Amino acid sequence: MNKTYDNRAWFLVLPVFLVVAFSAIIPLVTVVNYSVQDIFGPGERYFVGLEWFREVLRDTRLHEALWRQFLFSGLVLLIEIPLGVAIALMMPRRSGWAASLALVLLALPLLIPWNVIGTIWIIFTRPDIGLLGYAVNSAGIPFDHTAAPLDAWITVMLMEVWHWTPLVALLAYAGLRAIPEAYYQAARIDGASDWAVFRYIQLPKMRGVLTIAVLLRFMDSFLIYAEPFVLTGGGPGNSTTFLSIHLVKIAVGQFDLGPAAAFSIIYFLIVLLFSWVFYQVLQRVGTGDRR
Amino acid sequence: MKLERSTAPAGAIPGAEAPARAQPRRARGFALRKGTVGLIVYFVLLLLPIYWMLNMSLRTNADILARFTLYPADPTLANYASIFSDPAWYSGYINSFIYVSLNTVISLLVALPAAYAFSRYRFLGDKHMFFWLLTNRMAPPAVFLLPFFQLYSTFGLIDTHIAVALAHTLFNVPLAVWILEGFMSGVPREIDETAYIDGYSFPRFFVTIFLPLIRAGVGVTAFFCFMFSWVELLLARTLTTTEAKPIAAVMTRTVSASGLDWGLLAAAGILTIVPGALVIYFVRNYMAKGFALGRV
Amino acid sequence: MARIEFKQLAHTYRADPRGLEDYALKPMNQVWRDGGAYALLGPSGCGKTTLLNIISGLLQPTAGRVYFDGVDVTERPTAQRNIAQVFQFPVIYDTMTVFDNLAFPLRNRRVPEPEVKRTVERVAEMLELGAELRRRARGLSADAKQKISLGRGLVRSDVAAILFDEPLTVIDPHLKWTLRRKLKQIHQSLGLTLIYVTHDQTEALTFADEVVVMHDGRVLQSGTPQELFEAPAHKFVGHFVGSPGMNFLPCVLEADGARVDGVRIALPPDVVAKGRRAGGRFEIGVRPEALRLEAEPRNGAPRVRIEALAELGHYRIAAVRLGTHPLKVKLPEEQEPPRDAAYLCFTPALTRLYADGVLVG
Repeated sequence: MNKTYDNRAWFLVLPVFLVVAFSAIIPLVTVVNYSVQDIFGPGERYFVGLEWFREVLRDTRLHEALWRQFLFSGLVLLIEIPLGVAIALMMPRRSGWAASLALVLLALPLLIPWNVIGTIWIIFTRPDIGLLGYAVNSAGIPFDHTAAPLDAWITVMLMEVWHWTPLVALLAYAGLRAIPEAYYQAARIDGASDWAVFRYIQLPKMRGVLTIAVLLRFMDSFLIYAEPFVLTGGGPGNSTTFLSIHLVKIAVGQFDLGPAAAFSIIYFLIVLLFSWVFYQVLQRVGTGDRR
Repeated sequence: MKLERSTAPAGAIPGAEAPARAQPRRARGFALRKGTVGLIVYFVLLLLPIYWMLNMSLRTNADILARFTLYPADPTLANYASIFSDPAWYSGYINSFIYVSLNTVISLLVALPAAYAFSRYRFLGDKHMFFWLLTNRMAPPAVFLLPFFQLYSTFGLIDTHIAVALAHTLFNVPLAVWILEGFMSGVPREIDETAYIDGYSFPRFFVTIFLPLIRAGVGVTAFFCFMFSWVELLLARTLTTTEAKPIAAVMTRTVSASGLDWGLLAAAGILTIVPGALVIYFVRNYMAKGFALGRV
Repeated sequence: MARIEFKQLAHTYRADPRGLEDYALKPMNQVWRDGGAYALLGPSGCGKTTLLNIISGLLQPTAGRVYFDGVDVTERPTAQRNIAQVFQFPVIYDTMTVFDNLAFPLRNRRVPEPEVKRTVERVAEMLELGAELRRRARGLSADAKQKISLGRGLVRSDVAAILFDEPLTVIDPHLKWTLRRKLKQIHQSLGLTLIYVTHDQTEALTFADEVVVMHDGRVLQSGTPQELFEAPAHKFVGHFVGSPGMNFLPCVLEADGARVDGVRIALPPDVVAKGRRAGGRFEIGVRPEALRLEAEPRNGAPRVRIEALAELGHYRIAAVRLGTHPLKVKLPEEQEPPRDAAYLCFTPALTRLYADGVLVG
């Protein structure tokens, strides 16, 4: 793509810059400000340097939350990306009522407010009134997400997969629809197997949308808050206390603004680093010709 | 895919003496059906939790706790009635719609020119700017809760719709720029050049020629903006107290007020799903088109 | 290599065709000679691509059978038909190298690797892709990609026919010519059956031994470029082939010829007799190339008004009016164009009679 070099393009970007700067830079400065000060009240603040960062980095509960978070996001990507692609492959190829209906159904979970998602899954998995909880318990397997950490994890994962796999499927479907019919015809003439069609046509053509899907799912699952908070409140114990939940506990629950701010910055940097790594890797995977 | 083969009755074609009928290809047909079966199973699983909530919402709390049934044996609308007798619900709906619409409009208005700039020009710091925009999607909303509250308090914006709409631009604008840029890159540059040669000014070209070309992209982007703004609760709840309280927050209040009334909770949940479902229903064809054309 | 034959072939995309008009391909019998170079010519939407996809098996015909060398292949899947097809837009496998692209059809058929290597290198040599074999296919130019698409058809030793679906659409004009010549060479050296779909008559007439003209799901005429030019079997062919197309003049039949607005045009007696038997609405069809403009009246040549002259390089086209009917006449370069009026001469051997749009003689 040979784009022309023209700095006047900045005028077109300016509105975005202003809007986002208003909502991002000022709060970010506030956060940085907090992270290096000890605040007792209005007008009573002292510069403490990197003290809060040191304290936060020593916090074992933060370490636990971080590993929990990585495990969670890793599982999310491992399950949702292949599942989403598989669903997209099963979707009707032609436009028509079937495709429209499938799209509507897929989009449904995405348009449910996040705290309601948690509510749905409480009602669905409770051992006394939930369909799933009741059925599993009747089958002789004790299951209670409010008591057993493993059950809580399974429930949160189920909810997450239920909630967000449709997004991956929608994106993958969009990628599939963009493949011209001639590719499938050529593959049939070349005697390609279904697997070869997937490997050499569908997967390469979906690379762009899958990059978006992986990045979005990584970011959003790493930042997840409302759904598990409503469902488990981070428990039982701390077993489903993910980073955001931990952060809100510090900031709002204990009102430790300094450590919370320092923690926020570390959190932000982790997401940034990983998103960048994913982006770079996905840009190269499968092309091989990018130098 | 032109796989389907229609079966015309023999003799439907004048002059064709007993046309030999080709047989459908069985192997392929079976593979297709296997996929469809998989899809149907998936959709059943997808709808099951929602069905369950619907089931609960049509029963009284006493009934729910007393027996386990797969469908409401004795359906009642009492839960819905008690919700609708509370005026907080209407205002909750309206508040949500106002800030979600505001956010969608603001996001599209600022993202369209920026996406055009990114898709057509190189300029000082373009890559950094793009990446910086994306990083805002990576900032944990929890991080911004307190600073946002302070910022909007300073400007006297707390408990207004515009506050929530602006807060949501933080993650929606970067996404909008990202998606739109993808669609715009798919439009050949020659179209711009031809229009400029024909004497179009930039605004006129953009509105009368370019926008119609990426209609589907704008639709998909609007859908995503609407969606992420509609489902977000943390910021929306923090920045509002009474006047602009979103529907999802109203719901949590209803819940805490009535303790563990499962029927009421389920009914409230169902009611918050309805607007989203309506939106999808109305944009379904647009979505299909957008997904078909777009290289998101 | 194979002889391809259609018997009572017809196709519709509709589930409930109500009549012939719902058919994309009307019932037809057609034979494609082994080793022939065919061009399938017609406007967009006339059924060319449908016909091609039926040969390759991408589509199952609604009715009728397809035979390759006398063997019924109607139900055979595409992969077993040994057909190669090149599409309008180049289809390449982005992530593979040029070599892997060319090897793909062979590897899918489990050909041993040494043989794959030999064949691919031979084909790459022929298509002048030898230097690019190790490169990724995605970065190549459109014509190189189209050559790869073609090459994937040529690597298979047993191809029955190669089908081209407007393959030069996305190719730069100056490369079109080279690529078309390449196709001709390959056809001559390998003796493959080629079917080339196009809506561009120059492409069709320069490429093919035999041109098949289609319109509205029917084959209207199939013949050498010369036959199409001199004796279009149908009014549509007359219009579609040639630039400008054939002139058609409504006329009435008389004992020894036809009369157009009071002007007599001589026709051979057997043509007149055939015309009388056929009946219907009569028209005279004459190519602009088969008309002359003379400055002096001769043999009762009618006087015509010249309305416009178009300069087209080494020839001119004169728009004239005979009575109320507009005509186009092609003037050779050396002829000094007559001013506003002249005398119109017909070439009797190239003057055709049509009844209801169909050639009489």
